[in-house]
Amino acid sequence: MIPELGQIALALALCLALAQGLLGLVGAARGEPVWMAATRPAARGQFVFVAIAFACLTASFVSNDFTVAYVATNSNSLLPLHYRVAGVWGGHEGSMLLWVLMLSVWTCGVTFFSRHLPQEMVARVLGVMGVVSAGFLLFILFTSNPFLRLFPAPPDGHDLNPLLQDPGMVMHPPMLYMGYVGFSIAFAFAVAALLSGRLDAAWARWSRPWTTAAWCFLTVGIALGSGWAYYELGWGGWWFWDPVENASFMPWLTGTALIHSLAVTEKRGAFRSWTVLLAILAFALSLLGTFLVRSGVLTSVHAFATDPTRGIFILALLALVIGGSLLLYVWRAPKVGLGGGFEPLSRESLLLANNVVFASAAGSVLLGTLYPLALDASGLGKISVGPPYFETVFVPLMAPALFLMGVGPLARWKQASLPDLASRLRWALAASIVAALALPFAMGRWGAMVALGLLLAVWVAASGFVQLYEKVQNASGGVSAWMRLKSVPRATYGMLLAHFGVAVFVVGVTMVKGYESEKDVRMEPGDTVELGGYTFRFDGVRDVTGPNYVAGRARIAVTRNGSLVTTLYPEKRIYKVQNSVMTEAAIDTGFTRDLYVSLGDSVSNTAWVVRVHHKPFIDWIWGGCLLMALGGALAASDRRYRLAARRPQEQYAAAPAR
Amino acid sequence: MTRFAIPIAIFVALLVLLGIGLKLDPREVPSPLIGKPAPHFELPELHRAAKTFSERDMRGKVWVLNVWASWCVSCREEHPVLLDLAASGEVPIYGLNYKDRREDGLAWLKGMGDPYKLSIFDLDGRVGIDYGVYGVPETYVIDKAGVIRYKRIGPLTPEIVKEKVLPLVRELGRA
Repeated sequence: MIPELGQIALALALCLALAQGLLGLVGAARGEPVWMAATRPAARGQFVFVAIAFACLTASFVSNDFTVAYVATNSNSLLPLHYRVAGVWGGHEGSMLLWVLMLSVWTCGVTFFSRHLPQEMVARVLGVMGVVSAGFLLFILFTSNPFLRLFPAPPDGHDLNPLLQDPGMVMHPPMLYMGYVGFSIAFAFAVAALLSGRLDAAWARWSRPWTTAAWCFLTVGIALGSGWAYYELGWGGWWFWDPVENASFMPWLTGTALIHSLAVTEKRGAFRSWTVLLAILAFALSLLGTFLVRSGVLTSVHAFATDPTRGIFILALLALVIGGSLLLYVWRAPKVGLGGGFEPLSRESLLLANNVVFASAAGSVLLGTLYPLALDASGLGKISVGPPYFETVFVPLMAPALFLMGVGPLARWKQASLPDLASRLRWALAASIVAALALPFAMGRWGAMVALGLLLAVWVAASGFVQLYEKVQNASGGVSAWMRLKSVPRATYGMLLAHFGVAVFVVGVTMVKGYESEKDVRMEPGDTVELGGYTFRFDGVRDVTGPNYVAGRARIAVTRNGSLVTTLYPEKRIYKVQNSVMTEAAIDTGFTRDLYVSLGDSVSNTAWVVRVHHKPFIDWIWGGCLLMALGGALAASDRRYRLAARRPQEQYAAAPAR
Repeated sequence: MTRFAIPIAIFVALLVLLGIGLKLDPREVPSPLIGKPAPHFELPELHRAAKTFSERDMRGKVWVLNVWASWCVSCREEHPVLLDLAASGEVPIYGLNYKDRREDGLAWLKGMGDPYKLSIFDLDGRVGIDYGVYGVPETYVIDKAGVIRYKRIGPLTPEIVKEKVLPLVRELGRA
């Protein structure tokens, strides 16, 4: 009964999505106030029904209803409750349902926070989102229905993929999808602006907080995925340039460009057609990511659920949504106009450079991801493009971007002066050069790449402090330092924090790349191995039993200069239902280093292969990502977006007409 | 105008590429075993544990080896296709019951129907390693000389049977 209810709720949500799309787009085109007014309740109703469908699927998982084919494939009666809930998005059908749920959450958010926008704009935005949502609901109902029954029902389920039975995996897809889907709002605003022909500063201001919020979720989502790969796959790597990782990274790069481009459009009215294009591209790449993962076009470690017949549907959806908006772009963008002019050295030109770098980076990731497919399609054989390509392309692109990051926020709009910038930044430059020369020696070994990485990281951080100092100096909040600190807008703090996060991230990547070490050793109980100044003593393996697995658990005592640092318990698990072996690494996390131990195969009755890693500063990678996301959250919650909500008409009237 | 049409032009090229990509099958991994003699095995039968079966018993015949297990959900999906192929009488199918429990395997065949001439029982998956099995189900077509001519990873579909397996079996049968 419950699965059928879920199915009906989905069908009703589809009806409402279609209504929302038609009433919004046609209503705005014909100027029908009643039609336009109906989009808000339609969007909220759609959210309610999608949420009911999602709850029904969750209930089927919780109650172990193996007559539902999707539950039977992705759950098992022995699976602990929290993984049964996470199992809802452990397979293809459920993750698409999660996708639509997220979309309806964002749409619902727009209905609540858009009271200050003109009705026409809201109707168009909701209309576009309704069309996208309808497309995905059709996709679910016709090709990926999670509520299909299975007769005869199997006595027990096939279990959730053991790789996904992990706390990181519980949160990773929802965060990632919040990010992916969140870009649909920037997209909907861009399309609405193109439709109305009103591409002005007001449009940029409205879409900015939404875009930043989506970017924050995507940042956290990618960081969680990377963290999960680090401790769950047992190789000690944190990024593999796998096609599916790339699929999430491309929207992130484009989204980063979009955030910066929107700033220029809002403040100076420039880059308008470029900003619109970026908004379309960020969502296009989110959809492309969904396509790549869900269609089975590319194989990867993430290929948990693939089916080419579904690919045709998503491809058609992609053609319709993105092709349609790009056609609209061809038609409308030439009329947009250029906005304020600027000199070759100005904040605009520096942000333009940022945009060029990030767009090129996204392009090169796209190229590397699709190149194997292109070769295969033209019959030239099967290859895979790996980390060497991406690393070769990325370092030269990102190094200048990091350098400009220190300069951009200090440069004046319209025209900046080089001598002026140089004198304001001379201490930051000196600090970073000293750091690049001295710090690697403190770590024991000087290397050019390490020096470059630290140079850039310290440069970004130090110039951030210069920016903060100047902002506070120039702030008009009052005489006391505290008052002046308080009067600096929250968006500025957000920007500074996010940029500081980038510096932290760069330190992490540089240190891990430069100084990580690992050893693969065969160990008998009592054997020891030295690594990074630590001694690891293997105390043997004993058997333990989990809810749905059996495991061999090793005990490894870590000492430094004779005193015990920690005891680690890496496991080798065999999940009984799928008969698959998982490596559960044991990690001692620290501010300046991780000790990472994973258990290989047993080579005799008592001896095991043990892999030990020493990873300096690796947690700074994720820490940096969290700071970036936190900075984004600060910026998105800036007072001026909330103020805009309170004086609606003024905002809109102030916007220049086309 | 043309400047603004560049994105859509790139996008259309991308759509074409992805469209072609959909027709390709990433599961069709070129197997190093194709064109090589089938690895030797000698394993007990599933139904009669005392008797053994070897790939050498099939010399001079074209046959299909299908790797299956009762714990495998995709096998459930594939099963009707195998039953149809067996009923057509075009080629004998032999099963390799992979990392399974004997009573589970027998119960599965009893409940779902048995397309196999016979199944052999590979409890520890040793033969699976020799054959490079990395996902169940997998299917091999082996010719009269005992050479592997085709390998499919993942479930057979009616289309694959019609377009790949049957034409190959007929061709090999004539040789």
